[in-house]
Amino acid sequence: MQGLLNWIDARFPLTKVWNEHLAEYYAPKNFNFWYFFGSLALLVLVIQIVSGIFLTMHYKPDAEMAYASVEYIMRDVPGGWFIRYMHSTGASAFFIVVYLHMFRGLIYGSYKGPRELVWLIGMAIYLALMAEAFMGYLLPWGNMSYWGAQVIINLFNTIPVIGSDVSTWIRGDYVIADATLNRLFALHVAALPLVLVALVFVHIVALHVVGSNNPDGVEIKKLKDENGIPLDGIPFHPYYTVKDIVGVGVFLLVFFAIIFFGPEMGGYFLEHANFEPANPLKTPEHIAPVWYFTPFYTVLRAVTLSPFMGTLAMFGAIVLLALLPWIDGNPIKSWRYRSKAHTINILLFAACFLVLGYLGVKPVIPMLKELGTRMTEIYFMFFIVLWIHSKPGKANFVMWFLILAAVIVGIDLFRYNPEATDDASQIVWQWIFPIGYLALTLLLPGVVKSFNTEKIVPERVTS
Amino acid sequence: MENSEVDKGRRRFLIGATSVVGAVGTAAMAAPFLNSWNPSERAKAAGAPAEVNLSKVQEGQLVRVIWRKKPVWIVNRTKEMLDNLPSNDPLLKDPGSEVATQQPDYAKNPFRTREGKEKFLVLIGICTHLGCSPTYRPELAPPDLGADWKGGWYCPCHGSRFDLAGRVFKNVPAPTNLVVPVYSYKNENTILIGLDENGEAA
Repeated sequence: MQGLLNWIDARFPLTKVWNEHLAEYYAPKNFNFWYFFGSLALLVLVIQIVSGIFLTMHYKPDAEMAYASVEYIMRDVPGGWFIRYMHSTGASAFFIVVYLHMFRGLIYGSYKGPRELVWLIGMAIYLALMAEAFMGYLLPWGNMSYWGAQVIINLFNTIPVIGSDVSTWIRGDYVIADATLNRLFALHVAALPLVLVALVFVHIVALHVVGSNNPDGVEIKKLKDENGIPLDGIPFHPYYTVKDIVGVGVFLLVFFAIIFFGPEMGGYFLEHANFEPANPLKTPEHIAPVWYFTPFYTVLRAVTLSPFMGTLAMFGAIVLLALLPWIDGNPIKSWRYRSKAHTINILLFAACFLVLGYLGVKPVIPMLKELGTRMTEIYFMFFIVLWIHSKPGKANFVMWFLILAAVIVGIDLFRYNPEATDDASQIVWQWIFPIGYLALTLLLPGVVKSFNTEKIVPERVTS
Repeated sequence: MENSEVDKGRRRFLIGATSVVGAVGTAAMAAPFLNSWNPSERAKAAGAPAEVNLSKVQEGQLVRVIWRKKPVWIVNRTKEMLDNLPSNDPLLKDPGSEVATQQPDYAKNPFRTREGKEKFLVLIGICTHLGCSPTYRPELAPPDLGADWKGGWYCPCHGSRFDLAGRVFKNVPAPTNLVVPVYSYKNENTILIGLDENGEAA
């Protein structure tokens, strides 16, 4: 055995790679619950690739046959339903895991230097994942597939001047048609998986150069023993491989419970309207994207200034996340040692993201429409408030509160139209949400000092 | 080989020239691939005018036909529907159909139809926001649409509202009125969608 290994090592750095990335890759010893989701994302990627390859063997990317071929997989292919549900549930699982993974980065400041590139590559993975999921959702050629794709591709229509040519070019026809299905299939099964795998590889390579962050936000590479091993580091293998196996076990338990007992998840993982074939003449009663797109979809609906502004706001909401390393200039990484106001800011942002997501699956009635606008305001203000919190000692919180509150009131005055009575009364009372948000994150630390005190970051990781 | 000194300027020029030629070559190679995404000849050919017989469209009824794979609505509006239209004007973004791209010139009037044929409204049934097909809601003041509702279309995707002339309401995502396609009357009861005295639609 050793002889074989020596033979390989002389020709390929097998032992070297194993050591550098597993057996002698030192990770901080204080990883907690939040650190399960990176390895779980990798697991879901493998599930999606394997189940996807097998689905491709039975699926037909043709507008006449696609819907029937999916039904064929579900009814006639031996175990086909299992493979398909694995793939459709895997899509939602991917986003659950990735959102938790990103939230981890947010609370422990993992995007900050020297890990900016890890974060940016991660955002690129997130974008590729959204494109991959959107394209995959068209393939069953159900009515929701069709109309969802219609909405998303028409986002390009809103670009001034060249918009309609661009969307015709993407569709390859004047409406969503066979040509569109065929090309999105090619991108979904070949182009984007290649991009995703490459990006994931680069994400991990970059991470292993700078080393993992941890719940304390302490750089473990600063303190090393005489052998150059970080004092607070433990080898990834076997310690974290074993820990991650526990995570994998729990995850698979939940994952297969969903596949066996609720693969449609009440219409959230597979929407009801998608159980009838695509019909270009009839929009489903209520169009909602799959849940993982809904926060950004609400932003799109909330900005009614012009459709192009709505599209820009939606993409802007994603771009701002990518810019986090440069927006948040506070040298303290983890929220454990930052001010209480910062913790409130992050928790309110998470709550706002969940509400935006909830609103995206609901029909537009005046109350919810206004709530969507208010949550969109909070979403964007989060980044400004985060920036103000970069220098909590020097920032004039009360002044910033007054400036941002004035902006909100200004927007309200612009939107207020007493003739539209329903909308007007909603504007009047829901004013409390953005102002309340600003009061908690800016006025409170400006007035009560204990909400603006930061703690000393320890030299070594705790517990 | 006696003179082994490196001419850096010359080397830089060669690297630059090679890069430029390589970039131009790559761009040229991309063109046929990008072009292959444009609509095929077959897709372009499937765009002939659609002929519809109006005699079977009853009062208040909406008929859907396909023209260039898009839903086109033909509505036979009742007198009450036509009389109610002006009362919507203060709530509309563009009551006078000022945006020229949304209808041919002959439909720029309060009814958005050809003169003398005000009853029959012809619209492309695609929301001007993001291309969903709005739902026909001809009833007066249903509970979900409010007391001011005089009939029209409600878009289930993003909540845009249009009145019974396809005119968009204020404070909804759709920016403009629904599109009236190019159309003409072949005779009293037959309409041609996609063809008028100026020829076929672009």
